[in-house]
Amino acid sequence: MMELYLDLISSPCRAVFLFAKALGIPFEFKYVDLIAGQQYSSEFGKLNIVAKIPVMKDGGFTLSESAAILKYLVQKYSGSVADHWFPAGLQQRARANEYLSWQHANLRAHCQKVFLLRVRFPVIMGFEVPEETMDAALENMKQSLNLLEEKFLQNKQLILGDKISVADVVAVVEIMQPPGTGVDGFEGRPKLIAWRGRVKEELGEELFDDAHKALMQLSGLPQKLKSSSEFEKFKLRFQRFFN
Amino acid sequence: MMELYLDLMSPPCRSVFLFARALRIPFEFKVVDLATGQQYSKEFGDISIVRKVPVMKDGSFILTESTAILEYLVQKYSGSVADHWFPADLQQRARVNEYLSWQHMNLRAHCSKVFLLRALYQIVMDSEIPKETMDFAVENVKQSLNLLEEKFLQGKPFILGDKISVADVVAIVEIMQPFGTGFDGFEGRPKLIVWRDRVKKELGEKLFEEAHEALMKSSNMPQKLKNSGNFAQLKPILQKFFR
Repeated sequence: MMELYLDLISSPCRAVFLFAKALGIPFEFKYVDLIAGQQYSSEFGKLNIVAKIPVMKDGGFTLSESAAILKYLVQKYSGSVADHWFPAGLQQRARANEYLSWQHANLRAHCQKVFLLRVRFPVIMGFEVPEETMDAALENMKQSLNLLEEKFLQNKQLILGDKISVADVVAVVEIMQPPGTGVDGFEGRPKLIAWRGRVKEELGEELFDDAHKALMQLSGLPQKLKSSSEFEKFKLRFQRFFN
Repeated sequence: MMELYLDLMSPPCRSVFLFARALRIPFEFKVVDLATGQQYSKEFGDISIVRKVPVMKDGSFILTESTAILEYLVQKYSGSVADHWFPADLQQRARVNEYLSWQHMNLRAHCSKVFLLRALYQIVMDSEIPKETMDFAVENVKQSLNLLEEKFLQGKPFILGDKISVADVVAIVEIMQPFGTGFDGFEGRPKLIVWRDRVKKELGEKLFEEAHEALMKSSNMPQKLKNSGNFAQLKPILQKFFR
C-alpha cells in the first residue's frame, strides 16, 4: 500500500492528508515526528535526502514536495478524482498551477514565518523575537492574504470558480498554521472566513478538524524541542532560514 | 499575438524566454525594466496586481508565475512540443513537478539572495553587507547546489534522465543569476559544468548567451537604480527584502 510520511503539524502534510482522505485514496500513515527531529535521522535520510515531509512512497517510487504528490495522486487516480480538483482545461489548469507556484514564496513562506517566530524563535535563539521582526512578518502575511483575496479569490466561491480544487486545500492549510499560535489570519476577513467554510464543507468538517488537531494542541512544544537530541541542527537551520 | 512581459535580468523571465524561443513559439517581447521600477507603474499594475515578471497575455487570458506559463505553453503547443520537455508519464511528470516545486524556496531563493545582497544591499541599506548575512547566504546556495547534484541530477545527463525538460531550464537560469555580481556557482563543480553545457547545447548556445547578455553586463545596475526617478519610492520596498 502507498505510504505517506507525515506530521500533521506541517501544513503541506495536511494538504496531502486532507486530499487523500477526502478522495478515499488508500494509504498507510507513517508518522515522522518533526519536533523530535526524526526527519534528521539517517533512516529518514535514505527516504528523502532533503530531510523534509511530506514524502510519498508508492511501491518503489518515492516522491517529495506536496504539490508534486497531489498532482501525482490526481493523475494516478484520474478514474475516480473529479476533474475540478485539478482541471484538464488549458486555462483552468493554468490558474491552479499559478496559485500552487505563487504560494511557496508568499502565503506559505509568510504564514510559516509567523508560526516559527512565535513557536520556535524564543526556544531556539534563547531570547524574545524583536518587535520589528515580528511586525515585518505579520505585515508580509497580511499582504499575502490581501493577494489571496484580491487576485486569487476575487468574487468567486473558490479559487478556480464554483468548485473546489487542490489550490484551495493548499491555501487553507497555510492560513491555519498561525492560529496554532494564537494569530488568526482570518480575523477581519469575512470573505476568507466564508471561503474557509466552503472548503471545510467540501472536504468534510470532521476530517478537517481531525487534520488540525495536533497543530492546535502544541502547548508542550518548547520543552520537547529543547530536549531533542537534534536541537543544534534545529538551531542552525533556523538561523539559516532567518538570514 | 501572445505577449510576454519580461526583463531578462530576472531568472524566471529567462526560463520562459529561452523555452519559447527554443521551441519557436511566437510572442511579442514587452519590456518591463525592473531597475527603474517599471513594475510599479499604473500600466503594469493593470496587467498584474502582483507587479512581478514574467507575465503572459494570450488574447485576454493573463497568467503570472513562470512555471505556470511554461506548463501552459507546453499544453497549448502540445502538437509541436516534444514530450520530454514535460513528460506525460506519471512518474516522469512527478519528477518535473517535484523539481519545479522544490526550487522556489531553495535554489531560486538562495541564488537570488546572493545576487540581491551583492548588487543592492549597499545602496538600499546604506551600509556594508553584514559578514554573517553573506556567509549564511553563500552557505545556503552551496546546500541547494549540493541537493541539485545529489538529489535531482544524480549523475544523469539531465534532471529527468537522458533528455532535457523544463526543469533543467528553470534550474540553470537561477544558477546563472549570481554571475551578474561576479559569483560563480559552478566553480568547483565539474558535474554541474558538464550539465550546464549540455543544457546550453540543447537550447542553442547563441540563444543562451543572448538571454544572459543583460545580466552579464549589469555591473552598472545599482547606479542605474539609484539614479532612476523612482529610487526614493523603491528603497523601502527593497529594504523589506533584506530585513
